Amino acid sequence: MPRLSAKSATLLVLAALVVVSPLFFPSGYYYRVGALIFVNGLAVTGIVILTGYAGQISLGHAGFAGIGGYACALAPVHLGLPPALAAVLGVLISGALAYLVGRPILRLKGYYLAVATLGFGILVSMVLNNERQLTGGPDGIIVPDLGLRGLLKDWGLNISNGEFWYFFCGIALLIGAWIALNLRQSPTGRALRALHGSEIAAQTVGIDVARLKLQAFVISAVYASVAGSLLALQNKFITPDVAGFMHSIEMVTMAVLGGAGSVLGAILGAGVLTLLPQVLTVFAEFEQLVLGLVMMLMMIFLREGLLPSLLRKLRGRDE
Amino acid sequence: MTLLSIEGLGIAFGGIKAVHDVSLKVDPGEIVSIIGPNGAGKTTLFNMISGIYQPDSGCVLLEGEDVTGMAPFRLASRGMSRTFQNLQIFQNMTVLENAIAGFHLQERGAVLADLLHLPSSRRRARAAEAGARALLARVGLERAADREAGSLSYGSLKRLEIARALALRPKVLLLDEPAAGCNAVETEEIDQLIAEVAASGVAILLVEHDMKLVMRISSHVVVLDQGEKIAEGAPAEVSRDPAVIAAYLGSEEAAHADG
Amino acid sequence: MSELLQFLFSGLTVGAVYALVALGFTIIYNASDVVNFAQGEFVMLGGMITWFAYQAGLPLPLAALVAILATAALGVTLNKLAIEPARGAPVVSLIIITIGASVFIQGAAQQVFDKQIHSFPAFSGDTPLRVLEATIQPQSLWVIGGALVVFVGLWLFFTRTLIGRAVLATSNNRLAAQLVGINTNFVMTLSFALSAGIGALAGVLATPITLTAYNVGIGFALKGFAGAMLGGMGNPKGALVGGFLIGLIEALTAGYLSSTYKEAVAFVVILLVLFFMPQGLFGSKSTERV
Repeated sequence: MPRLSAKSATLLVLAALVVVSPLFFPSGYYYRVGALIFVNGLAVTGIVILTGYAGQISLGHAGFAGIGGYACALAPVHLGLPPALAAVLGVLISGALAYLVGRPILRLKGYYLAVATLGFGILVSMVLNNERQLTGGPDGIIVPDLGLRGLLKDWGLNISNGEFWYFFCGIALLIGAWIALNLRQSPTGRALRALHGSEIAAQTVGIDVARLKLQAFVISAVYASVAGSLLALQNKFITPDVAGFMHSIEMVTMAVLGGAGSVLGAILGAGVLTLLPQVLTVFAEFEQLVLGLVMMLMMIFLREGLLPSLLRKLRGRDE
Repeated sequence: MTLLSIEGLGIAFGGIKAVHDVSLKVDPGEIVSIIGPNGAGKTTLFNMISGIYQPDSGCVLLEGEDVTGMAPFRLASRGMSRTFQNLQIFQNMTVLENAIAGFHLQERGAVLADLLHLPSSRRRARAAEAGARALLARVGLERAADREAGSLSYGSLKRLEIARALALRPKVLLLDEPAAGCNAVETEEIDQLIAEVAASGVAILLVEHDMKLVMRISSHVVVLDQGEKIAEGAPAEVSRDPAVIAAYLGSEEAAHADG
Repeated sequence: MSELLQFLFSGLTVGAVYALVALGFTIIYNASDVVNFAQGEFVMLGGMITWFAYQAGLPLPLAALVAILATAALGVTLNKLAIEPARGAPVVSLIIITIGASVFIQGAAQQVFDKQIHSFPAFSGDTPLRVLEATIQPQSLWVIGGALVVFVGLWLFFTRTLIGRAVLATSNNRLAAQLVGINTNFVMTLSFALSAGIGALAGVLATPITLTAYNVGIGFALKGFAGAMLGGMGNPKGALVGGFLIGLIEALTAGYLSSTYKEAVAFVVILLVLFFMPQGLFGSKSTERV
């Protein structure tokens, strides 16, 4: 029997989840929850590339999500760009900032990136909170409609707003996962995982470690930016919370919970931590307590994350 | 022109001279061995030559060009490759992937092509994989290709590291105790492999504790003691040198006395 | 002129707090190579526990002592339960553990205390002292004096006592320290206790001026780290100088540029240091062992 590659298997599972899940939705509200899971899954897929593949960590990725989100709010109004192009502008700004911030830092040890990104995230959220004339401050700002659903209606495809964003974000997640999985088995991805394993050895086989880390950082910033744009566009509203410290922490926690080295695992982690507050209303009260605990417990007892550990166990039983 | 030439290389850590004024030369096809008691500075010398440490004095010339203190990844693209005394394997990857990583300089290309799985990216990856499989066969690891590297025995990991270093098609190969921890049969195999590689025109610089191996395959031996070169010459000459015997046997005796 | 002096005073005051946080980073970093991102939470706990105990009726000095001891105990617990079990883990895992601890402590403080902003009375009253043409709060002198006393105390401890020297030896070479019979686990415990205690002390001294709340820790961590880095990671003198410098730059930024964006100072300094002098002011080049 020809064996399914890990990449195809992952994509099939994801596609099946996107298509089949709505059959079990108790109400239309769950399209919204689903879309939220996909958006978070997309952001966390970027963390997989940075943390899972390359072994680096960012504590300020929400900053890039904020840039992506506010680009969609501001560029249409101030620059007259259509919202879709505004998202592209967000990607360009996020990528450029990631490059500028990452370049001096990624030559050094791991915790420098953690601290600098922490500072970066705080800075972005501070700008968004304080530049009231531009961003509306802590109260947030309205985001123009993407306009695609109207276009679909003109073409005779009439779906609800919830359904539209559910499938739109689902497709975005599938594309994001496909790209991350492509990268994993590619020469660049192999070099990233190699430098994660041993920087010294990676250097001696000719890998320009600093340059590759920078590439991973920029790519993952682009993921966060797109996720931020999708979030802003579907909510038609955005507040500085999207760029906040706790949002950065959420992303990291989602990744390490499911498994930062595995695209499917990280998306699973995003699913669990997105669903939790929906199911348990008291969760919001204890969010920090839970996130902090999950981070510590996973790193001490289950460093690979839930899904890879589970798969390893199952495989162990087969043999 | 000499392929690799080291002139007056020296480094100090916290005021203590770890290596002082060491010079040597390696030509294509030659196997030059560096021997000396523990703490003589052999690995430190390797780390300076391969760009991991910045020497305080002296220079390293590769094909006549000054490459002193150049970053290891740049040296790799100029044809220098090495293995490590205490193994630097990519534990998070399979055996095959470790070997493919050695082909990085040949398989790397546009990141965008890699992200989108374009034909050019697949072609590069396929070529590297074919090369890696051939190398694994050469070191006798073809059947372990899909295993996780961390699960291999010590001797196999040593060979995997050599395979990875050979993947660069180096002009100069630095081997830091390739036979350490290997049994007699494995040592024999590594011995043969090194001789073959040298015969194909690669300049080899070797640090090794197994004296029989050193005496058998070296074309030239350099003896270090307490960071300084105390003797050099053909294996037979060096083994008769009184200074070498004193330094070497002295420390051997000390080691015996300790044990 | 009087304006500048006023800014310098306020810069020295916050700078002293950052210096204490930076010293806390340095102690743990030297003992274990771990950068403890929960360092700022110790400052928060120092302030919050003191406030809580003071509200409960304890006299202020006793409340402060309780806060420092409790926080030191928490630091030791953190090491035992979260850092020690992960020994040898990759840097990224240790970062996630300590940032997780930071978030967890914030969450716990929210539950145990509350989400309000708190303060307690200054130690020597609120009557400002006139110095030249500016004024300084007596509490500022407590903070600045505290930082200097802690620095001198640490210096004496590390150079004059047997235990202190053992800690230094461990930071130079863990294995060698073990071989000569130093209990490195004890050294780690001690380092976390010291570092957490010093953090809490910073919180106790600063709260009458800066106020405290469950979420102030991460800001202190960022600025303390910036100070430690500016001075040269791992160098106590650097931590002291770096911390004061960050405070001064921040106060001058707030005074002459924008009080909102003084918060950006730490981040900008981190980037500039990384760009132009990664070893910091007093750092030495390090050579990684292979």
